[in-house]
Amino acid sequence: MRTALFTAILLVLLAGFLQIAVGLPFGKPARTDMDDYFLAHAQDQAAANNVVTSVVFDFRGFDTLGEATVLFTAVLGVGMMFRKLKPGEEYEHD
Amino acid sequence: MNMTKIVRTTADLFYPFCLVFGLYVVLHGHLTPGGGFQGGAVMATGAALLLVSRRYADIIQSLRQNTMKLCEAVGLLMFITAGLAGLFAGGAFLHNRLAGAGGLFGEPVAFGANPGVLNTAGLIPLLNIAVGIEVLGGLTVILLYMLSGLKESEP
Repeated sequence: MRTALFTAILLVLLAGFLQIAVGLPFGKPARTDMDDYFLAHAQDQAAANNVVTSVVFDFRGFDTLGEATVLFTAVLGVGMMFRKLKPGEEYEHD
Repeated sequence: MNMTKIVRTTADLFYPFCLVFGLYVVLHGHLTPGGGFQGGAVMATGAALLLVSRRYADIIQSLRQNTMKLCEAVGLLMFITAGLAGLFAGGAFLHNRLAGAGGLFGEPVAFGANPGVLNTAGLIPLLNIAVGIEVLGGLTVILLYMLSGLKESEP
């Protein structure tokens, strides 16, 4: 009973989201000021011919620093998972 | 595990090309598709080729875990230092002061569609190199960690 109700609610939500998603204009943003700004100023402000790189490393450089930190943290996590056990220490199983 | 001679020879033959191609992707990040993350991953592929073709005990002689950890930390620190340099030079964090100022990576860029010059874009190639070093070290050290746990079976 509860599973059927849950499934019905999920289906209704999915239908609603799908209807909204189908109605969205794709590839035609309402405002293009930001796009035009990046395309016009990538070469004179960031001095890079590659507009994608100028956005990733110049206009949004702080975001890239965050990505690099995420990679660093992921490596730390893997290192903690695969570390050597101390003598006498055992894996804990829950 | 130790692969056959065919695999080992092929890996020995191909890993320099992987490294050179990765270096190309990193250094041309501001002109062609690619950049630090992608080029670093390509360079780590070269290390992965060596790792899958040889025994861990043999590979650890030349590809040390500590060196790769150092690479990773140095890459991230280079990125942060480049950002702080912009802050202390009187601009914002990661301010691109080198762009168009002459000197290293400082050649001005012509407006419009043009093939591009390698010696342009100021701070961006430096950040690309920093991220490339970091990704190379990070991915390689993950592979080394995972292979260090494998049981070695004698052939």
